[in-house]
Amino acid sequence: MIAVKELTKRYARTVAVDQISFSVEKGQIVGFLGPNGAGKTTTMRVLTCFLPPSAGTATVAGFDVLEQPREVKRRIGYLPEAPPLYPEMATTEYLRFVGKLKGLSGAELDKRVDYVCGRCFISDVKRKLLGKLSKGYRQRVGLAQAIIHNPEVLILDEPTAGLDPKQINETRDLIRSLAGDHTIILSTHILPEVEQTCEQVIIINKGKLVATDSVHNLQARTRGVESVLIEVAGRAGALASEAVQQKLEQVPGVAKVVRRDARDQRLIFEVESQKGQLVRGDLARAVVASGWDLNELRAAGMSLEEIFLELTGSETAAEARDRAEQPAKPDETTPTTSEPQP
Amino acid sequence: MRNIWTICRKELGSYFVSPIAYGLLAVFAVAFGFFFWNALNYFVLAGLEMQLRGESIPMNLNEEIVRPLLSDAGFVFLLLIPFVTMRLFAEEKRTGTIELLATSPIRDVEIILGKWLAALVLYASLLLFTALNFAWLFVYGKPDWKPLLVGYLGLLLQGGLLLAIGSFISTLTRNQIIAGAATFGLFILLWVLDWVTGYDSATWSTVLGYLCVLTHFNSFARGVIDTKDVVFYLSGIFLGLFATARSLESLRWRS
Repeated sequence: MIAVKELTKRYARTVAVDQISFSVEKGQIVGFLGPNGAGKTTTMRVLTCFLPPSAGTATVAGFDVLEQPREVKRRIGYLPEAPPLYPEMATTEYLRFVGKLKGLSGAELDKRVDYVCGRCFISDVKRKLLGKLSKGYRQRVGLAQAIIHNPEVLILDEPTAGLDPKQINETRDLIRSLAGDHTIILSTHILPEVEQTCEQVIIINKGKLVATDSVHNLQARTRGVESVLIEVAGRAGALASEAVQQKLEQVPGVAKVVRRDARDQRLIFEVESQKGQLVRGDLARAVVASGWDLNELRAAGMSLEEIFLELTGSETAAEARDRAEQPAKPDETTPTTSEPQP
Repeated sequence: MRNIWTICRKELGSYFVSPIAYGLLAVFAVAFGFFFWNALNYFVLAGLEMQLRGESIPMNLNEEIVRPLLSDAGFVFLLLIPFVTMRLFAEEKRTGTIELLATSPIRDVEIILGKWLAALVLYASLLLFTALNFAWLFVYGKPDWKPLLVGYLGLLLQGGLLLAIGSFISTLTRNQIIAGAATFGLFILLWVLDWVTGYDSATWSTVLGYLCVLTHFNSFARGVIDTKDVVFYLSGIFLGLFATARSLESLRWRS
């Protein structure tokens, strides 16, 4: 659906995007990940024909962005970082205007406006002026205008930036629900967002492509190490933490066992396997064989944050782990802030 | 064509929903109303004096009122039009809505023509206010309506040119104030350019004098359609809109 080949975009003094190549299949939802200033917005602007590439090619649905921009624009819905709203227009008036710009008219236009209002949950602000809407509604109206002409490709630039956690969840759900009908590229610097929303991830840093793979593969590729959370309880009375830890360490293939929180009454351990070893089955057997209860056993999975930092190399992996162990904030986890917290 | 109309309607909505249009209409109505009242008083006084002296030189409404007032209107517009054009593109650039327009399947030309036409309609509605004043002349006198129409044609052409120049300047910045001030300054210059012809008749001063926007209106104010002046305005409009298109296009290459 989208093919980008050795795309380069130079500004007067800087190279914003440096020979990036990737492709996106139809119906996929792809996360475009990178710290601020990595070149995400620039790449998206090239794809939407807003900026011409300095070198390389980009095609959308088989049409080149330089040769046939109008065909590309017809097939693309674009939500820039700041929703392009006219504050003096009312919601439906605005959506009708955008619909007409995209080539809709008559009954079809009415139908699409109604449809996107329902789809993006903005039916209750139809008559309000856009300038008076809250940030969350503005974002949703922005999404509504992007899908008004039922485009094959949706390009969303940081669709959840500046929203509160509830709105972020709503917006993510909305985007996920759109995935079936549209090919979606969304950019973000928030890692959990990619984990939650996307199937594919394209990571760029300082204008260069760092990795492109499915979220699942990427986690496996960079890790090769299984990380497991296990909760153990005694049948009768309290259990000595040291005994359990020792037992777990003896399981073949286990590299490291750490008690998660010593103050917690429950005995929860983080177990890391040696490279290429699968230890979950053996862990369970060992616990049960000792006569203890196995309350929980689940793969912790390496967070994309660690992967990202490992790939972009802006911090050592150890520091990244320290950061990952910090209680996760609901949002705005910026991966580029150096200096891990103590 | 449809896209031009879509843009034009949207722009008109923005003018008339916000206070811009009403502010301009009010300011212009007051200013022009004062000019009209002034000219009429002077005319009536001169008529009385003549009667007292027993002279009977025929007095002409067109020559005494319509012609100077049309020229005055042209001058007032020179000062008002920067306020109409300054937001045209500067605002879209500042709020980022230009990205919506630029990524929609429409041509730059359609955007520019739509915006220019909307500004022209607003300008024409200002002209209507002058017509309200002139209507009184028809109630109490018998002015010739043909020179008046020609005058309006001239004002439309001159306005079209000034709007085209203003929209070009508006593409150069994302700051409305800068766009407005630059347009204002340029218009003042275009107004005084013909002063040089007063003391110098070298080629360069003739050229500068020719560029003066207001002098080309004089023939229209007299009720004469001079091809030379029509060509000046039309080519000016084309040049202004063409420059706007190039500037809009270059935004993408520079940004």
